Amino acid sequence: MAVQTQSTTEDLTDLPPEIAATLQAEPPHPDLELVERAKAGDTSAFEQLVRQYDRQIFRTAQHITQNREDAEDITQDVFFKAFQKLDQFQGNSKFSTWLVRIAVNESLMRLRKRKTSKTVSMDQDVQTDEGSIPRDFAEWRPNPEQNYSQSELAEILRKTIAGLPPGFRTVFTLRDIENLSTEETAEALGLSVPAVKSRLLRARLQLRERLSRYFRKTKEGSK
Amino acid sequence: MNCTDFLAKLTDYFDGQIIDAELLAEVKEHLGTCHHCEVVVDTTRKTIDVYRGHQPYEFPEELSERLRAAVMTRCKASVSK
Repeated sequence: MAVQTQSTTEDLTDLPPEIAATLQAEPPHPDLELVERAKAGDTSAFEQLVRQYDRQIFRTAQHITQNREDAEDITQDVFFKAFQKLDQFQGNSKFSTWLVRIAVNESLMRLRKRKTSKTVSMDQDVQTDEGSIPRDFAEWRPNPEQNYSQSELAEILRKTIAGLPPGFRTVFTLRDIENLSTEETAEALGLSVPAVKSRLLRARLQLRERLSRYFRKTKEGSK
Repeated sequence: MNCTDFLAKLTDYFDGQIIDAELLAEVKEHLGTCHHCEVVVDTTRKTIDVYRGHQPYEFPEELSERLRAAVMTRCKASVSK
């Protein structure tokens, strides 16, 4: 068996298709070993998982809640809940997707408690046609962000994404910033793939429309 | 293909998920002849790139360490109960 696992793809062509497919299957994700160790009581393994995903969870929470203190609390709560519910993680999805799902739920719950946002559900916001039809057809400068300092640019990006409904900015955050696949985003949010695609299109177009006022070419060609 | 049809395929086009060669050819043909859609594609791509390249929220190592320490304290306390 040891020889087979070291076989090259070329060698596999001589094997029956079902066996070759098994051998070519992706190796288990390294997180699974850490999860199993953590389930067995190894807290250092869980700490390694926290180290790997704290940035992603914090940013996801901050994008959804738009509040730094909330994002800090949520990050702590997400990992603590994950630790307590490790036995419920069956490995059917990536561990990171499972964490993101908890983070999204915690973040939306936090928004509901704050009640400063009109819409706090992934199921809302979908009736609006705002931004789904492009209106601004101005070209942008080649590297538009270079006309702003780091802090100016960060402020523009924060302000712009904050203007999106939570359901849209959550999809954009997971899919385009955190680089989850469409399927992983759907799983994390409890949405269908077509629903994710629809929200993603609107989120992208709305952000594009709003950023255009900062990044468009001017007649003078300057900022 | 008109602009509305093109827009409906935009997400799949960006994500490289238009498998049907005929449909992909139609999308590309529209893109080659419609300046408005060309601008929308270019500026939408830049929108995604600018967010990917410039995280607006800082997450310094000090914050990471503080949060991790707090999480692990809670986890260990829950185990010892």
